[in-house]
Amino acid sequence: MTDLTKMKVAEARDALRKGDVTSVQLTESLLSAIEGADALNAYVHKTPEIALDQAKAADARIQAGDAPDMCGIPMGIKDLFCTKGVPSQAASRILEGFKPEYESTVTTKLFDAGTVMLGKLNMDEFAMGSSNETSCYGDAVNPWRRGNDDALLTPGGSSGGSAAAVAADLCLAATGTDTGGSIRQPAAFTGITGIKPTYGRCSRWGIVAFASSLDQAGPMTKDVRDAAIVLEAMCGQDAKDSTSADLPVPNFEAMLTGDIRGKVIGIPKEYRLDGMPAEIEKLWADGIAMLKAAGAEIRDISLPHTKYALPTYYVIAPAEASSNLARYDGVRYGHRAKLAQGDGITEMYEKTRAEGFGHEVQRRVMVGTYVLSAGFYDAYYNRARKVRTLIKKDFEDVFAAGVDAILTPATPSAAFGLGEMTEADPVQMYLNDVFTVTVNLAGLPGISVPTGVDAQGLPLGLQLIGRPWEEGDLLNTAYALEQAAGFVSKPTKWW
Amino acid sequence: MLDLSFEPPKPKVIAGAKYDWELVIGMEVHAQVASQAKLFSGASTQFGAEPNANVAFVDAAMPGMLPVINEYCVEQAVRTGLGLKAQINLKSAFDRKNYFYPDLPQGYQISQLYEPIVGEGEVIVDMEPGVARLVRIERIHIEQDAGKSIHDMDPAMSFVDLNRTGVALMEIVSRPDIRGPEEAAAYVTKLRQILRYLGTCDGNMQNGNLRADVNVSVCRPGQYEKYQETQDFSHLGTRCEIKNMNSMRFIQLAIDYEARRQIAILESGGTVDQETRLYDADKNETRSMRSKEEAHDYRYFPDPDLLPLEIEQAWVDDIAASLPELPDEKKARFVKDFGLSEYDANVLTADTQNASYFEAVVADAGDGKLSANWVINELFGRLKKEDHDITESPVTPAQLAGIIKLIKSDAISGKIAKDLFEIVYTEGGDPEAIVEERGMKQVTDTGAIEAAVDEIIAANPAQVEKAKQNPKLAGWFVGQVMKATGGKANPKAVNELVARKLAE
Amino acid sequence: MSIDKQTAARVAKLARIKVEDDALPALAEEFNNILGFIEQLQEVDVDGVEPMVSVTPMRLKRRVDGVTDGNQQDKVLKNAPDAREGFFAVPKVVE
Repeated sequence: MTDLTKMKVAEARDALRKGDVTSVQLTESLLSAIEGADALNAYVHKTPEIALDQAKAADARIQAGDAPDMCGIPMGIKDLFCTKGVPSQAASRILEGFKPEYESTVTTKLFDAGTVMLGKLNMDEFAMGSSNETSCYGDAVNPWRRGNDDALLTPGGSSGGSAAAVAADLCLAATGTDTGGSIRQPAAFTGITGIKPTYGRCSRWGIVAFASSLDQAGPMTKDVRDAAIVLEAMCGQDAKDSTSADLPVPNFEAMLTGDIRGKVIGIPKEYRLDGMPAEIEKLWADGIAMLKAAGAEIRDISLPHTKYALPTYYVIAPAEASSNLARYDGVRYGHRAKLAQGDGITEMYEKTRAEGFGHEVQRRVMVGTYVLSAGFYDAYYNRARKVRTLIKKDFEDVFAAGVDAILTPATPSAAFGLGEMTEADPVQMYLNDVFTVTVNLAGLPGISVPTGVDAQGLPLGLQLIGRPWEEGDLLNTAYALEQAAGFVSKPTKWW
Repeated sequence: MLDLSFEPPKPKVIAGAKYDWELVIGMEVHAQVASQAKLFSGASTQFGAEPNANVAFVDAAMPGMLPVINEYCVEQAVRTGLGLKAQINLKSAFDRKNYFYPDLPQGYQISQLYEPIVGEGEVIVDMEPGVARLVRIERIHIEQDAGKSIHDMDPAMSFVDLNRTGVALMEIVSRPDIRGPEEAAAYVTKLRQILRYLGTCDGNMQNGNLRADVNVSVCRPGQYEKYQETQDFSHLGTRCEIKNMNSMRFIQLAIDYEARRQIAILESGGTVDQETRLYDADKNETRSMRSKEEAHDYRYFPDPDLLPLEIEQAWVDDIAASLPELPDEKKARFVKDFGLSEYDANVLTADTQNASYFEAVVADAGDGKLSANWVINELFGRLKKEDHDITESPVTPAQLAGIIKLIKSDAISGKIAKDLFEIVYTEGGDPEAIVEERGMKQVTDTGAIEAAVDEIIAANPAQVEKAKQNPKLAGWFVGQVMKATGGKANPKAVNELVARKLAE
Repeated sequence: MSIDKQTAARVAKLARIKVEDDALPALAEEFNNILGFIEQLQEVDVDGVEPMVSVTPMRLKRRVDGVTDGNQQDKVLKNAPDAREGFFAVPKVVE
């Protein structure tokens, strides 16, 4: 029998339906792979019993013949999703011991479709980070290495555990969330595909909030077809999320024709950064050539406010986070600090939050508090909201001019080493999001597709940005790019 | 429309040691919206449940929970705005007010700072017949209530109950148009009355469903007029806000205390600090909550979990079309249609139940004035004795109308009517049947009355002589006749006969 | 714009995060770094630009007024660090 763990979602679906394999078999082989992969620290709460129960139920359903695409497909779930009765900590000490009494809408949809949950995946604390180094569970590790160098690399962040698990075949697909690039950057760092849909496509209900106006869930998968299948199962209108869109969900997979003739692909000049590594330059140029060869029209475009996207993001996201994270106060759930004699409620708050939040989270909560505080609201927060309007308008203008999708690099570099950025100031780390963050600010769909490797053999990805609500068309362009790039490299197992 | 005209009352003047001072008062009234479920969750608003029983996960601010607005609460706010003749904003938005408190699970209150749903309106505050003050409403916004912290169940701990968390409130903000403690209470009374008419708030102050923050400042006579001309607040004194008042009496006491405190500071050359104060009913004083104040920086910003609230004019028009008749209109109609005094009309329109009871009586019995008299003096008086309200009245409008009709047809006298009322009140029954069965009918047979008059005149010659000198003494004969007939004689007939006989 | 130790302390207090006194200078430095980065926004001409309200404009969803939730005291209290007699318990709050 072939190695079941290497299966893709589409393959597994077809094999399950044909009866070539059962969900229990798939699940068991993945569970044993997970057992052997602790070195990657991808799974932080394993749920083998739940997985096997779900797999059995899925097999019965498949036998009965009414199985949706995701039925029996084993997935990993980012720790940011609240899963009923299962620890859901957002990789934070402040949610120590928290087991929600409810199930997020996205996982509910997946489970209703028969998806199997293997466990909860590592991430940056409250999704704040680009390297998975802010997790209370410790770093997740990239299964890729620089040639024979055994230095451990970051899988990226914040969905680092999800990326590592998919790349290392510890699940067929994983859920991720993306506030500034948290799906696309780790996907690029690990040679997998990750799509952040249009803001409002996936319900945010039951996903621990980081920055409400930017957060979106999406799938992280082994290829574009899988992304289409899993996304379709995850998204859809939800009465419990006031910002979820009341739009029908198309059959994304059916839209993967690979035909992009006549499509207009925009190449934004502002993404050509000073000092951009030659490898990234080349990757981008190759991608352009591939799309052109596939029949697309390549057009140079300008997104003039791109430069201001990161500073805008680093006002809006911390501001919203400072408020969203106020609820972690030690009163109703999670960690509460041990108090000294005479400590009152204020000390309880201050000690609980100092102990419960890691350094990066504390920093962002305080920056957010500062930019919203009396006297600074207009200078920072309101100004950032105005710049955000301009950034969105940049995109609207090019789409109105006929551009169908925009091609950019996904990241400014390949995966870096764990610990390499520790000494750098936080702003250096924030630059990781430079290509991805505009997409969140404009609420657009964006997908990262692996298209090449760097000199050390590490994967690199390109990003495609689509029109709002046109994930199907975006996936199709990504599919064409994937076909042309023919990226098939896998990390060599060392763990 | 309203056709009552009124004079504005004089502002309250307090004589300080050196000068006279006037009061300037503005109010923020928090009215709990009458609804089944909370503003952003499906949990019940019912009062008195087990602790933390009426709590949805979003109310407890569990991670990942999101608010979805209760449309009826919006409708109620719009209805309230329309009832206060206010501008309805078709676009409003929700902001987060950030602060830490154990009974505020989210760490922020969802409110409307920048774009409230209701803009400027007005309330006519009745002081006495012919005297009323127009108080301008600045805005009404919708917001979440907080939970309840209980501090006296344990020596070291406070206990938190989230049942109230997330219940919808309307914050009704007035302009500083109130000029004295009595006016402040009258304003709250009138506002409460309007809300109850509209059905948008039950007005229960004891349960905290209606409570007020009172802003008090003092100024020298003449300054307020300058403010009115220019709307420039610098003409007014520095204000202090007294938080969370839920009794009309305490509102008045607190304002009076606070005004005198400020006057004492100003007259001794000091300055009043703008601050939040708490009224201590036991000591009848206000004290500073400065400790709570110092770190406050609410960091308002638009709630990213909610989109702007856009409503349609047609929907507002539908709500407007369904508004009930409001107190001012009803009062004017009672005065005009039933010939009532403004005082009586006020009493009868104090709440809708009183008013509809009266209207049912008058529709059946006719005679507005007589019906008003009976409802106010007899029925309300009797109910008050037993601490009942109109909904608990054992006498139905039909029964009361029956009594009034018997009076009008001269079937019973006013005195007998009171006895009859008492019987109906305590025993029930059809008034007309009771009158028949118990022989309470008035004697209108002049022959029988004349006989009784003759008899009394014959038996009291000395009195007759005196009465001839002084016709006012005729009343004594009338009383004797009534006594002799067991009160059933028609008093009008008795009067006439006595007068005629004495004149003979 | 420069953040000093006092401002850092005030922000930490506002955010209810305990920061030891000796950590304040470094924190202030970090703030300055980040705020320096954010400062670029002052260059942008935002005259007449509406601040973004919602990135995907749509009509705000409404719920119908009806009791559909609650009656789950046990679930609400289940994760509480300290729950007593149906309440959340916290150190005494002094008003």
